[in-house]
Amino acid sequence: MNDSPKKNEAVRRLVLGFVACCVSLLLLDLIVHRHLSFAEGLLPVEGWFGFYAVYGFVSPYALIVIGSIPLRKLIMRSEEYYDG
Amino acid sequence: MGEVHPALILLAGGLLLFALPTGPRRVVSVLLPVFGFLNLLAIPEGAMWQITWGGYEMVALRVDKLSLLFGYSFHLAAFIGAIYALHLKDRLQIGTGLIYAGSGVGAVFAGDLIALFVFWELLAITSVFLVWARGGERALRSGMRYLAMQIASGLLLLIGAVCCYLKTGSLSFDHIGLGATYHYLLLFAFGIKCAFPLLHNWLIDAYPESTPAGTVFLSAFTTKTAVYALARGFAGEEVLIYIGAVMTIFPIFYAAIENDMRRVLSYSMINQIGFMTVGIGLGGALGINGAVSHAFNDVIFKGLLFMSMGAILFRTGSIKASELGGLYKSMPWTCACCIVGASSISAIPLFSGFISKSMVIQGAADSGAVVLWLVLLFASAGVLHHAGIKIPFFAFFSHDAKIRCREAPLNMRVAMTISAVLCVVIGSYPPLLYDLLPHPVDYVPYTTTHVVLQLQLVFFAVLAFVVLMLTGNYPPELPCVNLDVDWVYRRALPAAVRGVVRTGGPIVDGFFAGGKALVQKLIAAIREQHNTEGLFGRAWLSQSNVLIAIIFLAIYLIYFF
Repeated sequence: MNDSPKKNEAVRRLVLGFVACCVSLLLLDLIVHRHLSFAEGLLPVEGWFGFYAVYGFVSPYALIVIGSIPLRKLIMRSEEYYDG
Repeated sequence: MGEVHPALILLAGGLLLFALPTGPRRVVSVLLPVFGFLNLLAIPEGAMWQITWGGYEMVALRVDKLSLLFGYSFHLAAFIGAIYALHLKDRLQIGTGLIYAGSGVGAVFAGDLIALFVFWELLAITSVFLVWARGGERALRSGMRYLAMQIASGLLLLIGAVCCYLKTGSLSFDHIGLGATYHYLLLFAFGIKCAFPLLHNWLIDAYPESTPAGTVFLSAFTTKTAVYALARGFAGEEVLIYIGAVMTIFPIFYAAIENDMRRVLSYSMINQIGFMTVGIGLGGALGINGAVSHAFNDVIFKGLLFMSMGAILFRTGSIKASELGGLYKSMPWTCACCIVGASSISAIPLFSGFISKSMVIQGAADSGAVVLWLVLLFASAGVLHHAGIKIPFFAFFSHDAKIRCREAPLNMRVAMTISAVLCVVIGSYPPLLYDLLPHPVDYVPYTTTHVVLQLQLVFFAVLAFVVLMLTGNYPPELPCVNLDVDWVYRRALPAAVRGVVRTGGPIVDGFFAGGKALVQKLIAAIREQHNTEGLFGRAWLSQSNVLIAIIFLAIYLIYFF
């Protein structure tokens, strides 16, 4: 998405820094004592290591790949569709 | 009736603006919401403004914590909107904008269904001018479709109100609940304005067609008035949980592939109203508090996002993602404000969305609704992708579209800054908002668990976006129109009518032509019998008359014999 090598390098660093943040947040899961949202036993998976991280990653990914992209094939029309 | 009705200041003041020259108009437009707000602070709680009218006593003003919260919110939105519109020379937008705000204020303080109906319709009629203010055929047609839906909502409300009076002898607007048929009419009336699924398209259609300032006003009042009405009338109704859940989900699929940035925001608006609807459906202190506090925050952060996109439209003349990019160089201030709005809608800790949306999600967990909770979490991560990342990223960063323009005008920057500061202040110091909520708040948003888990959700959702972008799997920004429910009444129905006319026309014509020929033949036959040769027209001989008389006599004799 960027042309100059200087810009690509900046983007690469930015992405690496961001990934490092994500990993640190994930590791916090091991340290922080977590309180469950649900009453005991209703949704045990909520307390698993990395549940929020995985759910946070998978839901928008799935939303785009199996939701929006096929939807676009079905409903996308030219900008003048309603003008004609 | 000692108190000044809160709506009156904005309604009368808005009318006055049409008569003022530009300079004083600008000053008055900003002062009106301030006066309105001060007046609001002085009004005691209770029912006031009882107007007797044809034997019926109307309660035009009812003040309690729920209506006051929306009243404060609307005055704030009117104030910020008025500053945002200060550069305009056109008196239509600011005049109707403030009258529209006054209608919203009137509706949330209405003590009975008739007062609610009056302000409900006033909301419709005044707001359509904000759509038409854009000018051109598109805005005109879109405004007409918008008006039709809004008026339909008002009529349903009126019919519901009349049925309510006939059944119960009362028109008071308190908890309605679901039972009788007219309850459903009222729910539909509120549902149209609340953009329930399948009834939502007026919002997607009209809001992005308005002017930059017009959309900012539009985003604040209509839907939030409907959220107020639902919270007042249908708190704890289970059906709202399902409706709200659908509202949080379906718009995010659309938002990802929409090219018009203000349309992306309109979709994400339905998503946010979905959270509010779920909260109202859950009921209880946590659900209602969550719903109305999220409405309060949404007015500010969604207004902020619409303002930043409006500023781009104002400066560059375009609001299409496919034509924008790299604007952070030209509009850094707008960009910073937009990121604050995006962070708020994404419910990042320290921003306002975090302290209100989490109440609704926790409400779902408390009620033991596992699937609902998962849906809300999914929708939360989804909206982050569009309103949180897509909006700022494709407008201000992404590929440089080589647009070089001036930063937004000073008044727009001031308005955006006020909203941005509010987003951070409310998000960082929740008691500021929590103390205004209708129920006592027994919820602590800032626990280590909550902050860490929310940050994980947000960061990994952003990571998903990064991965999709880097692998080239994110849907590219393309100039397009996406079909939605409006296809039914903009394409399918007109085509069906044309089809019926085309195929049915000849049959109908044939039917009428055949009928006409038959009648003509009959007339000709009758006429023939009346000419000189006809049965009735010709001169009969006297012998024949004698013969007829004899025949009749014979019949007479036989009959009586």
